[in-house]
Amino acid sequence: MKYIDEYRNKDLIMKLADQIGKSVRRDYTFMEVCGGHTAAIHRFGIPSLLPGNVKLVSGPGCPVCVTGTDFIDKAIAYSKMDEVIICTFGDLLRVPGSTSSLEKERAAGADIRIVLSGLEALEIARISSEKKVIFLGIGFETTAPGTAVTIKQAETENVNNFFLLCAHKVMPPAMEAIIKEGVNLDGFICPGHVATITGPTVFNFIPEKYNLSCVITGFEPADILQSIMMLIQQVNRNAPKVEIQYIRAVRMNGNSIAKKHLSEVFEPCDAIWRGFGLIPSSGLILRKNYDRFNVEKSIPVKIQIREDNKLCICGKILRGLKTPAECPLFDDICFPENPLGA
Amino acid sequence: MCLSIPARIVTINGTMADVSAGGAIFKAGLHMIEDAKVGDYILLHAGFAIQKISEKEAAETIKLFEEMNNSMNE
Repeated sequence: MKYIDEYRNKDLIMKLADQIGKSVRRDYTFMEVCGGHTAAIHRFGIPSLLPGNVKLVSGPGCPVCVTGTDFIDKAIAYSKMDEVIICTFGDLLRVPGSTSSLEKERAAGADIRIVLSGLEALEIARISSEKKVIFLGIGFETTAPGTAVTIKQAETENVNNFFLLCAHKVMPPAMEAIIKEGVNLDGFICPGHVATITGPTVFNFIPEKYNLSCVITGFEPADILQSIMMLIQQVNRNAPKVEIQYIRAVRMNGNSIAKKHLSEVFEPCDAIWRGFGLIPSSGLILRKNYDRFNVEKSIPVKIQIREDNKLCICGKILRGLKTPAECPLFDDICFPENPLGA
Repeated sequence: MCLSIPARIVTINGTMADVSAGGAIFKAGLHMIEDAKVGDYILLHAGFAIQKISEKEAAETIKLFEEMNNSMNE
């Protein structure tokens, strides 16, 4: 397929890896903060192509993983109400709440449906006017504009049985939180699709304030290797800045239409990241004029706040400080198919 | 959910399009991009086209790869 195959060319990839090998002068640690990058890096075996002194660590950029226990507990509480349909992206099904998951509740009979977009959830609301349809809004700057469009459409069409349970988040405050905690990094493989919406300038504070390198990166193996090369060159020259490797999708202004939808429908709020706790101004909440779609205001629900397992080290893993194998719970009571933490 | 994939616009019906990616057809909202045409490549993310892929810039990246290869072979 066009825009995929040419970036998976084996000869090209081996040559890029070779060039990286010839450019290293010291130890380097780079963090990818996007879950899409983490998946691509491991799917394509990127670490095996890198010299031993180039280390990649994973950051908190999977919106599913960082969705808090309380959010899942709230979604489950709503799913137990009469005449409610929960619409969610499939990835969220297995994420554990404090005592259950959406998958388990669905198996027990709750009406929980997988959708590919907010618009699909809105369509379910249109044809199920006797039910309350609650869409679980999760995701970063890439996904939130779609939810914004959906809310605007619900308002235009006056769909009054459609609601949003919102845990949308934004990336830069989490990156700053990681830097401030003193995680030892030389630079970031910046999230290409977040930057497609935001543009590159939201990352400027990273080189300017913290002297760390940034390259906005695509998702194919050649993209990732080229970005690592660009990061190494920045570090070697001691000239940190924000560069764009993913030029086929990222424009200087980002996507201004998407940004307009975002700012018209949402405003910033503090948000809880699973494994991190509260990060100021890292979340998005519906603006007051859209309150009627905010399910927490229209149909308030109470949940019992339970503490996460104290032995769980997911927070440290999300900060790039530990790996799952170092956790006492992993492969004991926590498994990939039935996780305990993030 | 959080992965975006390149997809080609097959048909357009108002603000919605059918797009083709990896042999499957998906629905994509065109609310966030301008001047979408059949045949354009877009990034599909959670049911929406979040950006058009620039053919010119994509070619530029490939050219950079090739130049890098050539400089290494010299």
